[in-house]
Amino acid sequence: MAGENKFKKWLAVLIFLLPGLAGLVLFNLYPILVSAYLSLTDWDLLTKPHFIGFANYADVFHEEKSRIAIGNTFKFIIGYVPLVLVSSLALAILLNRKIRFQAFYRAAVFVPVITSWVAVSIIWRWILNGQSGLLNYLLSQIGIQGPIWLSDFFWAMPSIIMVSVWKDVGFFAIIFLAGLQEIAGEYYEAAQIDGATPLQQQLKISLPMITPSIFFVVVIAMINSFQLFDQVLVMTNGGPAGATSSIVEQIFKNAFKSGRMGFAAAQSWVLFGFIFVVTLLQYQLQKRWVNYDR
Amino acid sequence: MIDKNALLRDMITHLILLVAVVILTVPFIWMLSGAFKDTLEVVKLPPRFLPSKYNFDNFKEIGKYFPMGRFLLNSIFVSVVTSFLQVLICAMSAFVFAKIRFRGSGFLFMLFMITMMIPFQVTMTPLYVLFQKFNLIDTYLGLILPGIFSAYGTFLLRQHMLTIPNVLLEAAFIDGASYIRVFAKLILPLSKPALATLVIFAFMGCWNNFLWPLIIINSNELMTLPLGLSMLTGRWATVWNVLMAGNVISFIPIFVVYLFAQKYFIRGITMSGVKG
Repeated sequence: MAGENKFKKWLAVLIFLLPGLAGLVLFNLYPILVSAYLSLTDWDLLTKPHFIGFANYADVFHEEKSRIAIGNTFKFIIGYVPLVLVSSLALAILLNRKIRFQAFYRAAVFVPVITSWVAVSIIWRWILNGQSGLLNYLLSQIGIQGPIWLSDFFWAMPSIIMVSVWKDVGFFAIIFLAGLQEIAGEYYEAAQIDGATPLQQQLKISLPMITPSIFFVVVIAMINSFQLFDQVLVMTNGGPAGATSSIVEQIFKNAFKSGRMGFAAAQSWVLFGFIFVVTLLQYQLQKRWVNYDR
Repeated sequence: MIDKNALLRDMITHLILLVAVVILTVPFIWMLSGAFKDTLEVVKLPPRFLPSKYNFDNFKEIGKYFPMGRFLLNSIFVSVVTSFLQVLICAMSAFVFAKIRFRGSGFLFMLFMITMMIPFQVTMTPLYVLFQKFNLIDTYLGLILPGIFSAYGTFLLRQHMLTIPNVLLEAAFIDGASYIRVFAKLILPLSKPALATLVIFAFMGCWNNFLWPLIIINSNELMTLPLGLSMLTGRWATVWNVLMAGNVISFIPIFVVYLFAQKYFIRGITMSGVKG
């Protein structure tokens, strides 16, 4: 690009990149290296860290609480990802139709997205309350006796999944909407002339054309799921009896409540390992189903 | 015939969307009405959607549990400063990566991208230790610093700046403009939609951030709204009406920001290339 003077160019690179680069090194690269080292020690924040090799990593998979948290995180993913994917895609297809009040609908579905998890969790704890909650009242109106959702060992995780889908569906719908709007109108016109029904148009044109968006949403939804934390801490604090404890919830409690920094660091690297492997796998698999020709 | 079908389809679309909107917004409307109810009415079944009497005491009542005004100001201050600095720093880095060719550019950009994959949980413990060394625990600076750097924001803005034609910049350089001038007078104004998108993302992320403030803040004077609200649920779980009043207060500022920046949103997401 332009700028004849080499000195000026390098000065500009230096000045413009300095703050970002400093942030990268101080708040990302350096802590990453420290964390890798800490995960090999038994540091408790008070005494000097001892090097103990990979013992923490073995414990991550052996200790019961930690194993339960890993299992719960995967349960969450299995429930949450397909649900949020299907519902946001359906919502986006409807939001993309040229109808009245479109702007209103688009704004309304985004309301849960902009709210903090803490506030959302509080509202839903109230709605899911066993005795005086709105949901059980509505269920009782159609003759169903609702469970005590968040305090029930079986229903606690499905409740967290349900609320998470509710909060995120608008965000992913907007991403799908952006993808749908990229599709040229001619495709639909041509299909219409050939006599394709609206359903056929969605299945044969929209769906294959937005596979890149679907891929993006699946990757992001998975990465976010692995980091399940806020809603768990505020809604159930990991209970009842560990039914909703998650990997990050355990990292937080080990590092800042029990002073097991080394162990928490190992847990966080295992978490990263999961995210890395799953994301890599998705990138490998995408060649089979994601279609980038437009 | 075709028109009739189209009308029917529109009606079905409206119907489904209305149901979706009800499911997605009723909890908020209930929260809003709950904020004005008294202690008994808020848990009364069958629920009334409108309070029988509008009661503003709940908003004052919060003061008994935590200093709402203080927490609100903290949240506003931290979110405004963080998102301003984040957008500025990201724009500066993005400008370099999008518009200046130099040796090592590819490598540095890759480093930025790699940090996007590392979850915050990995860096959070060492960051806490680092901040402890620099006496940043329980300070505004400690709250703000980790949020001002965003690899994602750099990526988003760079994607947009790549679409700005190079001839524009060349013309400016020939006229003798400096890099700083080109950045301030050309790049920034032309990147408005992308900047607006990042502003919302940054503000939202900071306003709603829970984990980092939870770790780094101990004293009441520095706490942000999510911390205050979570304190309420721990100890005062039954005071639903007061809780909902607090929720309403925490929701309004973020909603206002969203309304202002909304029109850029879908465009911004499209441009950032997230759709593939």
